[in-house]
Amino acid sequence: MSPIDPRGPRFAAAVTTAVLIAALLLGPRWGLVPLAVQLAAFGVGAVLGPARQPYGWLFRRFVRPRLGPPATLEDPRPPRFAQAVGLGFALIALAGALAGAAPVYLAALGFALVAALLNAVFDFCLGCEVYLRVQRARAVGVAR
Amino acid sequence: MTGLWVVGAAVVLALVFGLYRRLTDGRARAVAATQRLTTADLGTGLGGRATLVQFSTTVCAPCHATRAVLGAVAAGSDGVVHVDVDAEARLELVERLDITRTPTVLVLDGDGVVRHRIVGAPRRADVVGALEELAA
Repeated sequence: MSPIDPRGPRFAAAVTTAVLIAALLLGPRWGLVPLAVQLAAFGVGAVLGPARQPYGWLFRRFVRPRLGPPATLEDPRPPRFAQAVGLGFALIALAGALAGAAPVYLAALGFALVAALLNAVFDFCLGCEVYLRVQRARAVGVAR
Repeated sequence: MTGLWVVGAAVVLALVFGLYRRLTDGRARAVAATQRLTTADLGTGLGGRATLVQFSTTVCAPCHATRAVLGAVAAGSDGVVHVDVDAEARLELVERLDITRTPTVLVLDGDGVVRHRIVGAPRRADVVGALEELAA
């Protein structure tokens, strides 16, 4: 995949933060509306990559023309990994809501919100933190 | 109502963790001289004075900036070599050195002994400082 403007995923994280807050405040019933939006965004971002992610499209269409060109371009694989992790949390939240387990819904969205906030505010790299740990755990699993 | 509490808790957690990381990331930490890497481990020759061993993965955005910083430091100092290791392809080495996230940089002395560990994107001044400590 071709390199992307690193401000795109950062903008997408800010939109994600707002949508997740809406889903949390509305609760496991009406919150399903923003959750469905976020599920679709995470799904496209994880499968097709951040260049096709809907919030990334909003960034390119409306935000980027107002900014200058980016100082550097970035590999799309790190934000794509983060989208996949977000998709996992959103699916757990959906399952919790459908099963009537409000605590599962709230906890899964809470974790997704922490990650989205860290990404938006601090340019946090989720793949840096978890990817290697997952690979190590899998290697140990295979050895057994 | 519970949702509001979860939002509040998430905001506090993210701010505390993010600020903690901003303060501690990329700092060079001296480690006890118990681990040694060889040419065979790295698949390339060690620097006569020092070797900067960077562990990277494909899902690590700051690894690119780290490559640039370490490459420039190595190019500007005699006897210093920069090695970039694909952590995913070298899990046995990752396990042996207990690397938990990327980028992690190990500063080796001329004998290949691990002397400093830098977790997170390193600051140039910290890398240079670690190299100066080796020379002292």
